[in-house]
Amino acid sequence: MSASHTTAPRRWKRPPLIKNPRLRWALGLGAAIYLAVAVGTLEINWSRIYEGLDRGLVFVIAFTEPDFVQRWDDIRDGLAESLTMALTSTVIGILLSVPIGLGAARNIAPLPVYLVCRAIVAISRSFQEVIIAIFFVAMFGFGPLAGMITLSFATIGFLAKLLAEDIEDINASQAEAVRATGARWLQWINYGIQPQVMPRLIGLSLYRLDINFRESAVVGIVGAGGIGATLNTAFDRYDFDIAAAIIIIIIAIVMIAEYSSGLIRARLQ
Amino acid sequence: MPVSVRSEIKVWQRRERGKQLSIWLGWLVGTALFLYCWQFISDSTMWIFVWDSPRVAADIGSRMVPPAWSYMNKLWVPLWDTINIATLGTVIAIFFAVPVAFLAARNTAPSVTVRIGGRSIKFSTRPLALLIIVSSRSINSLIWALLLVSIVGPGLFAGVIAIGLRSIGFIAKLLYEAIEEIDQNQVEAITAAGASRAQVMAYAIVPQIMPAFAGIAVFRWDINIRESTVLGLVGAGGIGLQLQASLNVLAWPQVTVILLSILVAVLVSELVSARVRHAII
Repeated sequence: MSASHTTAPRRWKRPPLIKNPRLRWALGLGAAIYLAVAVGTLEINWSRIYEGLDRGLVFVIAFTEPDFVQRWDDIRDGLAESLTMALTSTVIGILLSVPIGLGAARNIAPLPVYLVCRAIVAISRSFQEVIIAIFFVAMFGFGPLAGMITLSFATIGFLAKLLAEDIEDINASQAEAVRATGARWLQWINYGIQPQVMPRLIGLSLYRLDINFRESAVVGIVGAGGIGATLNTAFDRYDFDIAAAIIIIIIAIVMIAEYSSGLIRARLQ
Repeated sequence: MPVSVRSEIKVWQRRERGKQLSIWLGWLVGTALFLYCWQFISDSTMWIFVWDSPRVAADIGSRMVPPAWSYMNKLWVPLWDTINIATLGTVIAIFFAVPVAFLAARNTAPSVTVRIGGRSIKFSTRPLALLIIVSSRSINSLIWALLLVSIVGPGLFAGVIAIGLRSIGFIAKLLYEAIEEIDQNQVEAITAAGASRAQVMAYAIVPQIMPAFAGIAVFRWDINIRESTVLGLVGAGGIGLQLQASLNVLAWPQVTVILLSILVAVLVSELVSARVRHAII
């Protein structure tokens, strides 16, 4: 059997992600041009970066010897504010998100209510927490109350949206069955819809508690309380060892929170 | 079945007494904790400012209208910068997140089993990769920006790196979860055909995670647009610089225009990302 008689093996190629070759090339070319232009606008000051490298190295070294002691009172107060803000804002956020989430679900809310609730969700989601915090600090003064209200408002955008999407995906026949027994509106929500969305709502709430703690570390930069103010001061004074200590504490708390909320969620679902 | 007999009548209850009590106890502890935290916040609040807040809100509101539309001419460049920060940051993040994800996923993380004394101990890259992911995720991009501004100086570059550092963890986490959920049969089939590790990666794993990966990247880009709008507050470029400048001189009509342009930019990016994800999945 000689190889010359067999037909040349057909070459197989992986199917590309984008089928249309013209679109594929156009997208690739567009991306390349965009990247070139965008990188061009960066105006990187290499000498400044070179000077900064020493400071960067100091920061990296600071992680090996973080200073928990020197400013421990400030760190402790900031952490207490952050943790209390995270907890209260999550509770208040859930209490506000449930009615708004019900209103933002198209299958159970009338159109005007739906539009109002969706608008609230869109505004809450569009603005970063810090921007909202600036306004609440202007209104309520410096301190954790402004941060708490900010985070509660931000929680609405997250929880109400996901809750509404979850309600829109429910099994409609269960809700219909409850309604067919002559249930009132509240009973219909309580027995027809709530059981279907409850596990996910609890999971999302725990997840939001995590996020609120992480965000509580930044609203302090604009004066809304929490560990962020301490961290900002540490960076301003180039006290990198204190900043490293604060960052290590934040990472540790987030890890613990994520691990334990994972355990709780695994038990619930 | 929690049925008790009370004066010869069977009474059905939803839960057993012990379980009911523990749920009640949970609520009690939770409420107490909430009230304690509320007390703490209330103590560190100047309530006189809070009672004044409706007047202040009305005052700010009245100053914010009418918006200074002409200011929009000065906003196009910062808006373009903001979008660049988000996009370049996402690109950098993807560059680092993909290897981290492969090092973190249980089924792709390289590992060595070493025998020490009678025991065999497995060393894997997974814990290290997970530590990178958690560190990146725990620190908000604004904190990364604070740090980078003090290291590389103010400007867009600090913003791009800050967004990139924060996004690595997010993209790598979702990606390694996607890698762990792949269909193992395809990997086995390609391996059985005599493929090397790299070929298994390219022909069995990558095609399976590609749609998820594209979705994750676009999703993060959309979040990054929102995050990059505030980086300017700490000096890392973008539209936040204009926001900070306008707030400092109490130019509320300009603030309105900035907020509206952020709202539009975010809504458009969300629409784009939803469209792209819908087309892929």
